[in-house]
Amino acid sequence: MTVATVSTQSSEPVFHVIDEHAHPEGASTMLGFWIYLMSDCLIFAMLFATYGVLGGNYAAGPAPKDLFDLKLVALNTTMLLLSSITYGFAMLTMEKSKIGATQAWLAITGLFGLAFLGIELTEFAHMIHEGATPQRSAFLSSFFTLVGTHGLHVTFGLVWLVTLMVQTARFGLTEANRRRLMCLSMFWHFLDVVWIGVFTFVYLLGMLR
Amino acid sequence: MTTEARTLEANAGGHGHDDHGGAAHGSLKSYLIGFGLSVVLTAVPFWLVMTGTITDKQVTALIVLVLAAVQIVVHMVYFLHMNTRSENGWTMMAMIFTVIMVVIALTGSLWVMHHLNVNMMPIHDMSQMP
Repeated sequence: MTVATVSTQSSEPVFHVIDEHAHPEGASTMLGFWIYLMSDCLIFAMLFATYGVLGGNYAAGPAPKDLFDLKLVALNTTMLLLSSITYGFAMLTMEKSKIGATQAWLAITGLFGLAFLGIELTEFAHMIHEGATPQRSAFLSSFFTLVGTHGLHVTFGLVWLVTLMVQTARFGLTEANRRRLMCLSMFWHFLDVVWIGVFTFVYLLGMLR
Repeated sequence: MTTEARTLEANAGGHGHDDHGGAAHGSLKSYLIGFGLSVVLTAVPFWLVMTGTITDKQVTALIVLVLAAVQIVVHMVYFLHMNTRSENGWTMMAMIFTVIMVVIALTGSLWVMHHLNVNMMPIHDMSQMP
């Protein structure tokens, strides 16, 4: 690194430090991942806008009132909310370096996530069985795109969760694994935030329409 | 925290409470407060819509939307640990930018498309034709 010697006299040459000071590994990961989440947020905003525009075009097909079962949606919301708090507990035990408890909370989070996906797929299968396929109307196309994209995010979150559990089991709670678990924490809580928008805009307001 | 845990943490790369503006952490209390608020803010809109307590649908919709907005803020603060200090304020800056973009995209799309529907696709009532 170049050392600066600043002189008060103007005739003397002035040196500045041109090298950027060293950052520890992964110091900018959290900010970078946050910016990724914000870009993901924009994707969901576009899908919400599409649903907002097309959500009333039933093409003489089924409307939200004919299709949605709010009890099932409430159960689904509970699953995702519980998975959020259990992931929070996993982060708290991780900070205390309790590897067994961290793995247990991560496993419980995964099970709640799996329950959420199972219920959602059951709902989709039921709708498609009744003829409410994505091709039926613009409302159903935008519904399946929005809710399906969220479900796909949860699926990839689960794959990531299992990967990190294997990583943690093999290498322990190393600095890199902690960083990865914190990224997944943000991803998981972010998906819960998106789900608030989904159950409000799509399901609750759909039933009021 | 025990001394042993502190040493472990230091060995793990000093992932403690750094004052360098890193990512924020939560505590058990903050997670439980956030969870409690979320349960209430989820249960109330579902109860309102499922039972139809308020007969005026527009009032119900407005309450549901406000509760959703509050719940999003609760999740941001208690689960995503959003504050003005983490990463020297850059996470907040990124979020404010995103919120502005989302608001422009959502209100713009809905507004424009609503007016297109109203103005460009008149319903011809043939019985009124001369």
